[in-house]
Amino acid sequence: MEMPRVDPFVLSKKAQLVSRLLDVLPADAVIHDAQETIAYECDALTAYKCPPLAAVLPRSTAEVSAVLAICHAMGVPVVPRGSGTSLAGGALPTADSVILGVARLTEVLEVDYADRFIHVQTGRTNLSVTGAVEADGFFYAPDPSSQLACAIAGNIAMNSGGAHCLKYGVTTNNLLGVTLVQMDGTVVEIGGAHMDAGGLDLLGVICGSEGQLGVVTEATLRILPKPEGARPVLIAFDDNEVAGACVADIIKAGVLPVAIEFMDRPVIRATEAFAGAGYPDVEALLIVEVEGSPAEIEEQLAVIERIARTHDPVELRRSNSEDESARIWLGRKSAFGAMGQINDYMCLDGTIPVSELPRVLGGIRELSHRYGLDVGNVFHAGDGNMHPLILFDANKPGDLERCEEMGAEILKLCVEVGGCLTGEHGVGVEKRDLMGYQFNADDMEAQMRVKDVFDPAWLLNPAKVFPLDTTAERRA
Amino acid sequence: MLRPKTEDQLAEIIRGANRPLSVRGGGTRHQPGPGEPLTTERLTGITLYEPGALTLVARAGTPMTEIDETLAREGQRLPFEPMDHRALLGTTGTPTIGGAVAMNVSGPRRVQAGACRDSLIGVRFVDGAGTVVKNGGRVMKNVTGYDLVKLLAGSRGRLGILSEVSFKVLPAAATQATLRLTGLSIPRAVEAMAAGLSSPFEVTAAAHDPQVRETWLRIEGMEGSVDYRAGRLAQVLAPFGEVERLDAAESDRIWRAVRDARAMEGEGDVWRVSVRPSRAPKIVERALADAAVLDWGGGLVWLRVPMGTDLRSRLGDFDGHATRLRGTFDPPPERPAVAALTAGIRYRFDPRGLFA
Repeated sequence: MEMPRVDPFVLSKKAQLVSRLLDVLPADAVIHDAQETIAYECDALTAYKCPPLAAVLPRSTAEVSAVLAICHAMGVPVVPRGSGTSLAGGALPTADSVILGVARLTEVLEVDYADRFIHVQTGRTNLSVTGAVEADGFFYAPDPSSQLACAIAGNIAMNSGGAHCLKYGVTTNNLLGVTLVQMDGTVVEIGGAHMDAGGLDLLGVICGSEGQLGVVTEATLRILPKPEGARPVLIAFDDNEVAGACVADIIKAGVLPVAIEFMDRPVIRATEAFAGAGYPDVEALLIVEVEGSPAEIEEQLAVIERIARTHDPVELRRSNSEDESARIWLGRKSAFGAMGQINDYMCLDGTIPVSELPRVLGGIRELSHRYGLDVGNVFHAGDGNMHPLILFDANKPGDLERCEEMGAEILKLCVEVGGCLTGEHGVGVEKRDLMGYQFNADDMEAQMRVKDVFDPAWLLNPAKVFPLDTTAERRA
Repeated sequence: MLRPKTEDQLAEIIRGANRPLSVRGGGTRHQPGPGEPLTTERLTGITLYEPGALTLVARAGTPMTEIDETLAREGQRLPFEPMDHRALLGTTGTPTIGGAVAMNVSGPRRVQAGACRDSLIGVRFVDGAGTVVKNGGRVMKNVTGYDLVKLLAGSRGRLGILSEVSFKVLPAAATQATLRLTGLSIPRAVEAMAAGLSSPFEVTAAAHDPQVRETWLRIEGMEGSVDYRAGRLAQVLAPFGEVERLDAAESDRIWRAVRDARAMEGEGDVWRVSVRPSRAPKIVERALADAAVLDWGGGLVWLRVPMGTDLRSRLGDFDGHATRLRGTFDPPPERPAVAALTAGIRYRFDPRGLFA
């Protein structure tokens, strides 16, 4: 992975930078010892590592603003960091950059059930946002699998999704307002507790901008009343294609499940060996979950099961209790861990039109043979967001490179059939050099113009999202 | 009138333009400003519709009726229930899908299904230099690059002219019902709507009309589910007075009227105020309006005031913003830091100021 050349001038100013940062932050909020900056050398894309020049952990918007103003004045790049769970290298530093972590910004500032929002500092974890309101019957809908650890700041940066997006949408659909600090230290309030933008929808472009437009320190998030109940049904097929057709038919029939999850045979076998959820040994499994009162669940599941039967499933297993629901979800929830038991893996995140499922699964199988690497598929089928897991051996020379090459081929296939490179993880450094497959130069230029406005000097997370040669002049 | 038939023609016109353009779709949602008239009404046609993937792609000038009818044939619909502005603004012509996107037109279902921008998953547009740009696409989960889709939604043609738009669509509800409360004060009505919207019974619209002192909450879905939820919601609303259940036909009639702001008909300026819902009663109190309607549980307040009224000074500071929609179009002022960003973006997308 190519990263920009380290600026020796910035490195030479480290002592001065640290001293200026210590002027505006307490000593425990500035990490500059080489032994300690190592803690910030990578995020969840662990194949790439580089300790930053320094890391700062401010406790307020004012401190964030002061830090950014200093870095701006000294021409030091800043890499914002939530909890460091990015699978795309969104928080990967360069040696001449400062990591700005929001981990100490964890306060709940306001909860209003009548207006159905929560106002938080963005270092708070996704799950603890729900934690702050669930006793009163509410929840925050986006539920990325890392929700125990991931911060709202990172969710906003990557526009994170989750398993229940089909019904509730992703982060951008549940975000009402932000406090954003621009690279020069300017603090901007955008949106709030009202429901639409008065002018240009800046909130819409900030969400998903991967920390390149500003550092979001506070967020107003929509909260929803918890449904009365939820129940899954497990549907097993001997053919991927039939499972795909079943998904399309369920959606067409007018019921909108909250989740439709898909697992293929390699994943089913791995999870069985790992978690023993009692799944049948078949080609494809669907887990379809619906919500509501017992009677509503009954009504929806009846429709789904009627449709499923027309596709001749090998097995159709409806949960009849909390316990059975947990068992049905057990395998799905442990899928990534199970695959990790077998080998190292790389998790892809392309989205495809649901109708292209059979073609893409076939294409992945073919690539798997060609590259000699096993692949398991587990994904959100309702919205076409695939997570092919390519197994490789990190200790075997050349395996990672082969795996990355194969991953790129799969993502190109996703784009070719009308989909995209990333559905919920973000581009980061991981997919940066593939952007040209989805966008032409004009498309990328239009996006980069937005960054020109928010961060004219291109100091915020500059080596991400766009291919380096495309941004070279702007970063110079 | 410039009437390009293809995206290429549109791009060519913009490249060759040397004075401001006055852009419209069907011209039903606003009074077009000065400049050389340009319409997208000949950029028509649904280019892709996959009911099984909940996806529809259409050229910007496609009439709303064509979109609605095409979706209805498959039992689907646009989730965001866009209004028809013709009655309110006294315009004629054919509302287009591009116009709905350019104005981010979102109706009563906003509270549950989101705004137009939330259903929009892809755009193609021509910027002020005449360059064709695409963003997003046809899949509903997509975080590849910046989300210019949201930026274009509601941009009123100031960053570029939309040529194609893609949506996530949803199954249409099998049936609907509306619960009605009568005689509530505005503060009480807002409380009742909040109680409904905070319940797990999936209220898909909540509005109050102070003229007739009626408060309405809508439920949609499968037959059995609507019956069940209507019953439970009635219990939630019982502390606010007698709850009547209106049937699907009556419900449909009420929400069309709310959607199209029919209560605003009559003489005067019409303002659309987006506000933190619980602050809506304060807005109505300060506005001293001739007519008011609260939609989105109070989050959207329609106000009719005598022509030329300086409503902003009446409203003072509040959590939200006000736009004059009828009378001279008057968008809300922005705070300096936001205004600087907006101006910067406009300049970079339209350096020659063609889309003023």
